[in-house]
Amino acid sequence: MSDATTRTIQVDYLARVEGKGSLTIRLEGGEAIDVRLAIFEPPRFFEAFLRGRSFMEAPDMTSRICGICPVAYFMSACHAMEDALGVRVAGPLRALRRLLYCGEWIESHALHVFLLHTPDFLGYPDAISMAKKHGAWVKRGLRIKKAGNSLLSLMGGREIHPINVRVGGFYRAPARGELDALLPELRWGRDAAAECLEWMARFDFPEVERDFEFVALRHPGEYPFCEGRLVSSRGLDIDVRDYDDHFFEEQAPYSTALRSRIRGRGAYLCGPLARFNLNFEQLFPEVQDLARRAGVTPPCRNPYRMLLVRMVEIAQAFTEAIRVIEGYVPPEAPFVETIARAGTGFGGTEAPRGFLYHRYTLDESGTIVDANIVPPTSQNQLAIEDDLRELAPVLANLPHEEATHRAELAVRNYDPCISCSTHFLTLKVERA
Amino acid sequence: MARRRRPKLAVWKFASCDGCQLTVLDLEDELLEIAGTLDVAYFKEAKSADEPGPFDLSLVEGSITTGHDAERIREVRARSKVLVTIGACATAGGIQALRNFKDVRAFASVVYASPETIQTLATSTAIADHVPVDFELQGCPPNKVQLLEVISAYLNGRKPNVASHSVCVECKLRGNVCVMVTGTPCLGPITHAGCGALCPTYQRGCYGCFGPMEAPNTTSLVRAFRRSGSSQIDVVRVLRTFNANAPAFRAESEAQEKGDEGTP
Repeated sequence: MSDATTRTIQVDYLARVEGKGSLTIRLEGGEAIDVRLAIFEPPRFFEAFLRGRSFMEAPDMTSRICGICPVAYFMSACHAMEDALGVRVAGPLRALRRLLYCGEWIESHALHVFLLHTPDFLGYPDAISMAKKHGAWVKRGLRIKKAGNSLLSLMGGREIHPINVRVGGFYRAPARGELDALLPELRWGRDAAAECLEWMARFDFPEVERDFEFVALRHPGEYPFCEGRLVSSRGLDIDVRDYDDHFFEEQAPYSTALRSRIRGRGAYLCGPLARFNLNFEQLFPEVQDLARRAGVTPPCRNPYRMLLVRMVEIAQAFTEAIRVIEGYVPPEAPFVETIARAGTGFGGTEAPRGFLYHRYTLDESGTIVDANIVPPTSQNQLAIEDDLRELAPVLANLPHEEATHRAELAVRNYDPCISCSTHFLTLKVERA
Repeated sequence: MARRRRPKLAVWKFASCDGCQLTVLDLEDELLEIAGTLDVAYFKEAKSADEPGPFDLSLVEGSITTGHDAERIREVRARSKVLVTIGACATAGGIQALRNFKDVRAFASVVYASPETIQTLATSTAIADHVPVDFELQGCPPNKVQLLEVISAYLNGRKPNVASHSVCVECKLRGNVCVMVTGTPCLGPITHAGCGALCPTYQRGCYGCFGPMEAPNTTSLVRAFRRSGSSQIDVVRVLRTFNANAPAFRAESEAQEKGDEGTP
């Protein structure tokens, strides 16, 4: 009888995710007795080689953890260093940081939504083969992505690993005219994002509800990027400086990525769905209307609908970018001066995939003596494994190839970035 | 008449940040056309269906840091007609090559509670240290226009036309004021061209993310840095970032550390 057998579903190298990982599910009588999301991305030891480096080097160096969300690393590193040095970046420089982050959200979300995730809903192995029938949508997606990248190119110097960010601000602030030139394409992007959201809202979403604890920044005046308190759907409400008191990382022997837990509870979810559910009222009213028309309102607990939430955030980022540019008054200086001193600094900002935490301890010359970095995928790993555990009874009754495909779909919802978390997926389902 | 077979392209990842592969996907205007001209046969980050090869052109991102990856790159080489490495990790070992200057076990214990379960080599090395490479495209990340040139060159059976002069030349062509004049250390005179002199254009010194140019005069530049007030530790730091293990940068940083005047 099939109930008496253990079966293993294994995906040896997950596709359409950033980085290298594998997934093993051991089934016994339709129940998952073991779910392992193994990240075999080789370790790169950032926290070790940052020791002995200058505080000024951390943004450029840590940005190399991830080619898809380098701005997030720049922002968390800069905020942590400024915290240690007692510096505040406000006014136009703060607005320019939000503008740069808008570019990364648009570029990173569009990459996942159009090139990696939409093919799953329409039944294609990749966006290129999807383009044969849905060419207009793929082209629209690429143009949205490019519009996001145009912000990175101007504000950062280039799309991947920008060069213009420093502790205290920027090396060079843009002129009004340079930013104005981007406006027509950003306005097109805002309208195109609304059309894409309307189209995607008609996709078939599996009916799944998950009891996540959502964790994200919350700010009284705006949808969160770089500032706010860290809050959760179960009552957590802390200063970013108290992160280590409430969260901890553990190591699994089968993975090179550390995994985070909330003390006393366990798995939690950060990223687009968490931000959306915890900050819906902070979306621009017109973006809230777009979300309502697409049928996504909080509380949204369906991981498949993260596709729609990413589109909502793309619309939000375009609207915010336009707002920042229209109100831009060039700063007096491109950066705030910083003077080295001893201390510990904490920085937490909202990367496209979720909360990204940096902590540094500096000596009196500004040399890093200790560094700790917790990327969003490390934080979401347990939630992804829980999701697969709940999916296991369904997988148990599917032929191997289909089970593998379904498990990959479930993982891809989270847009895991494995380069970050080791700093993705081979599926293996074992049945007893 | 038989239809001409589309050449097979493969994109491979080793230890890296995924940024160089993303350079391919950042060719937003050209991506669908490339996919029409080439058969994108293997590209894990972008598609779930794989073809077994052999491949006409393999683009390799990332460095070799594990015994398993040292084996895997030999397999990739055996299945590839032309192998091109893209980015600082693949051409010089990347930022993770900073372990080459330290004890990797000590590094592992800083990051992991149980370092003994972490499989890693003591060094991070370039792909060319393991297998023959047909062309190396430098940069952290490489320039996407240069990447497009490399792809089309190999499709048409010619050598890529990629400038081999320094960032300094690109800077002069842009008409920038030299940042060294204001005392900002700049690696532009010894760094391989390709970025379009971005950093000096944004009023900062070049930090060498494209790696050394051919035959760089590192000693002379380092002497100029020291004269304008950089300390020995500043000089070692600036040479030890994304291309720390590139031979020219490595030799100079080690000479500085030993307190030599510079490499002969």
